[in-house]
Amino acid sequence: MTLFIIFSYLILVLVIGAWSHRLFRGTGEDYFVASRSIGPFLLLMSLFGTNMTAFSILGASGEAYNRGIGVFGLMGSASAFVIPCVFFVVGTRVWALGKRHGFLTQAQFFRQRWDSDGLGLLLFVVLVALVVPYLLIGIMGGGITLNQMTDGWMPEWVGGLVIGGVVLLYVCYGGLRGTAWANAFQTLVFMTLGAVAFYVIVGKMGGLAGAMDRVAQIHPELLVRGEGIHPINWLTYTCIPLSAGMFPHIFMHWMTAKSARSFRWPLILYPICVAVVWVPSVVLGVLGHVSFSDLQGPAANSVMVRLIDLHAPGILAGLLAAGVLAAVMSSLDSQVLAIGTMFTQDIVRHYGFHDQMSEKQQVFYGRVFVIGILVIAYVLSLVSNRSIFGLAVWSFSGFAALFPVMVAAVFWKRSTKAGATAAVVSVAVFWIYFFVQGWQTPGYTVGGTGVLPAAVMVVVSSLVLVVVSFVTRPPKQDVIDMFFSDRHKT
Amino acid sequence: MRWVLYLAMVVLYVLHNDLWYWDDAQLVLGLPVGLTYHIFFCVVVAGLMGLLVRYAWPRDLDGEAE
Repeated sequence: MTLFIIFSYLILVLVIGAWSHRLFRGTGEDYFVASRSIGPFLLLMSLFGTNMTAFSILGASGEAYNRGIGVFGLMGSASAFVIPCVFFVVGTRVWALGKRHGFLTQAQFFRQRWDSDGLGLLLFVVLVALVVPYLLIGIMGGGITLNQMTDGWMPEWVGGLVIGGVVLLYVCYGGLRGTAWANAFQTLVFMTLGAVAFYVIVGKMGGLAGAMDRVAQIHPELLVRGEGIHPINWLTYTCIPLSAGMFPHIFMHWMTAKSARSFRWPLILYPICVAVVWVPSVVLGVLGHVSFSDLQGPAANSVMVRLIDLHAPGILAGLLAAGVLAAVMSSLDSQVLAIGTMFTQDIVRHYGFHDQMSEKQQVFYGRVFVIGILVIAYVLSLVSNRSIFGLAVWSFSGFAALFPVMVAAVFWKRSTKAGATAAVVSVAVFWIYFFVQGWQTPGYTVGGTGVLPAAVMVVVSSLVLVVVSFVTRPPKQDVIDMFFSDRHKT
Repeated sequence: MRWVLYLAMVVLYVLHNDLWYWDDAQLVLGLPVGLTYHIFFCVVVAGLMGLLVRYAWPRDLDGEAE
């Protein structure tokens, strides 16, 4: 029965993707950014759903199982504060520039901002490389969920394949409009079912007070931050949500907004939505110790699904598992569409290959590229035996370190292409350095100080950007005019 | 008003670092206080975003053609 419900849900998502295809207006802009026609509700659902991933459901509960309630402040409330600020300060202005000049991708935006083809290509490579670990956690999350809910009948590698396949199908068919609708639906599903899961599981444990008492007896350290989280680690974690300002899929969702006003309600409601999703994930992760006392290492990724499987009756278990898959797929779809769009726009069209190809061939090669990237992520998911939370933090660190480049593009006229290029190179070099140093160390911090690599990279890329910009020739006036002349004082 | 709200953003960032509840395990509303505090923090952030939207909105952007 559980499997029947899960597969029914997957079919329903495909139907929504197919249905939204009926709204397709037959233009590239409609496929890639839904003709910039998305209103506040759909924008909130798609921005939020895209950002709530396997990381927020499975990763957060797994990390809370190991580190306690502090995980909510570490990433949840930090994101609830930083991400709306990023959308407010940067997102709205990038939307306006995108609308004015017809940008669809970040590479187009940065290439024009600094009049540099090389920078556009460099960013394309770096952004796609950083998306891979992000895709990886979605595929892992799908595999873990289906494996647990079928009591091991479906191996994780098959589960990951199924989820990747479903997402690929509806993204290819529905474009961004289909993705936005599927995201909105799935976001409502996982928010609602998350609350139901919390209520049912906590009820089966004898109520919140009773369950907390039991945790207090067996693992009191999980109810405080104590020694488990270093204050410096806590402070530097606030750099991680800056990544939302450089995610390719978030950039594309910004571009879909109908007007600047479309951002208003999403900005206000985003922090509340974060709390609605993260609090149950973190609390259930901590309470997982009541039912599962010894989940070692990456096994903690599955604590939420194990709790559902143990405490929820058959039909409800299927629905709750569908809710977890909804969170996983509502991010995977946007990421898949974003890299497909980037390849089509930034490589095929920008470098003129489209003159030698029919529209169909362009779409075909775009899909081949997406499948290639998904295959890389999928193969890595087979050999990766890591914490979902940890993998995501590595990916987010790179994006966060690129954020100063975005800020300079929007606010600093004097910034130069050499400065921006040097900053991106510094991120690539430092990210590789830190990854080589720390990928085998769970919770790696720089020199064991508690400082996250992301914080160091943000500082370094900012300094490099400023110093190199000042020692190189200022950008041309026509480029500055294109990005700044229409801006009035607010 | 705008600068007051920008200052409030800085104050909220400072308040996110609640060292005063770091080792406090007392339950408030059924949850450890270190968690309850951050739930309220999210609600306050939503309120601040509402004020920013109301009083510090970049109105030049509203002029972009829809």
